Amino acid sequence: MKVPVLRLSGLGKRFGSNTIFSGVDLDVLPGDRIAILGASGSGKSTLLRCINFLEHPDEGRIEVGGQLIGHVTGPNGPAVVRYDERELNQLRQRIGMVFQQFNLFPHMTAIANVMEGLVTVRRLAKPEARSKALEQLSRVGLADKADAYPAHLSGGQKQRVAIARALAMEPEILLFDEPTSSLDPALVGEVLGVIEALANEGRTMLLVTHEIGFAYHMATRVVFIANGGIYESGTPDEVLKSPKRALTQQFVADHRRFQF
Amino acid sequence: MTYRWNFASVFDNWQALAMGLAGTLKLSIVCLILGLSLGLLVGFGRRARRAPIRWLSTAFVEFFRNTPVLIQILWFYFALPMIAPIEVSPFLAAVLGITLNAAAYSSEIYRGGIQSIEPGQTEAARAIGMSGLQTLRRIVIPQAVRRILPALTNRGIEIVKTSTLASVVAYVELMQQGKLIASLNFNPIEAYTVVGVMFMLLLYPFVRATYAIERRLARSD
Repeated sequence: MKVPVLRLSGLGKRFGSNTIFSGVDLDVLPGDRIAILGASGSGKSTLLRCINFLEHPDEGRIEVGGQLIGHVTGPNGPAVVRYDERELNQLRQRIGMVFQQFNLFPHMTAIANVMEGLVTVRRLAKPEARSKALEQLSRVGLADKADAYPAHLSGGQKQRVAIARALAMEPEILLFDEPTSSLDPALVGEVLGVIEALANEGRTMLLVTHEIGFAYHMATRVVFIANGGIYESGTPDEVLKSPKRALTQQFVADHRRFQF
Repeated sequence: MTYRWNFASVFDNWQALAMGLAGTLKLSIVCLILGLSLGLLVGFGRRARRAPIRWLSTAFVEFFRNTPVLIQILWFYFALPMIAPIEVSPFLAAVLGITLNAAAYSSEIYRGGIQSIEPGQTEAARAIGMSGLQTLRRIVIPQAVRRILPALTNRGIEIVKTSTLASVVAYVELMQQGKLIASLNFNPIEAYTVVGVMFMLLLYPFVRATYAIERRLARSD
């Protein structure tokens, strides 16, 4: 049996007294493509952000490649996991993230955005970083925009640069946080096309999305989040074609209303 | 009654003015560097995670922002040596007063600039594995500086002009020399006019330089 590249056990997150989710267990095997669906505010983005520790989970454990992140303290009483900044910086290099709002660095050209991690974090020499970055930009079809600043790119192009920036670090896992939600409908296709190509390469990815049709075609597994946890999960057919539980059925029905 | 301008009596003392100019430059440059760097630290201090650092930074800003520089300089010159066993030169007193005041003001500018950078920028930097310090240095500060440059330019100009207050403890700078020339030749109007014009000539190229930097930084727009 394959070792999970990512394992969440009993993961929970609160903001103040407000529990976002709790008791989330999830095993991600190499090559898995997991679509995380759920209503707005269900905590699916927060769950994704906990995986690369942009938010620190309040309970539970995260293992990456079979290794527990952080260390457990408190032999007496409830075990608490403490995290070390340096370890998290190392970890984040192995987990790429693509944001809804792209978050490109506006003061850098497209290629400088992609090079930034290679130069500042990986300490590669500039020429080497540049050629690697150009490779990634070509992969997303934007080699000709290498020297353009983000302000001169369309939303779809920005998001493709952001994907190239994540890919440049050669991550083991890719996280997509609603990557097309702030795009014009006309620009969604080019970004989904890039994500699909990455899926076809067999990359491990978790994708929070509202593009339910894309999730159906691309994912190996669908996880539906509701009521502060994983409400229903299974193959795309199981969850999206014949959902078993009420909220999932409602969600799918709502999203299919206007499909033709 | 017509006033007869007599600038010759001022220009005759060009050596004294040159000495004053040198003093103004020295004091201004030291205060610009120290004041604007300390301001950056205090600006971060006001956003520190630890509460005592935040309180201390806030107290610093409010104290030095709300007391006149003139009094600070006098105080550092006359009072400090009475409570601490140190000798305070006019230069040191002026540097302390102007620097601390400049730091208090500029820290607010930095704080505003840093706060104005979207959290998504920091998140994107952290997500590729950058440390907190790398994120500040490579992502947050370069963008913040761009936004605050006009305000910081204002502050810089103010610092240079505030250096005239050092004359109160007889530090040799342009204002002090102007006073000296005026008292020897009874030509205060001409002397101070010349000093004023010299400041203008000193500062204008500085302002032009910051415009050039602003244009350079705006390339990415």
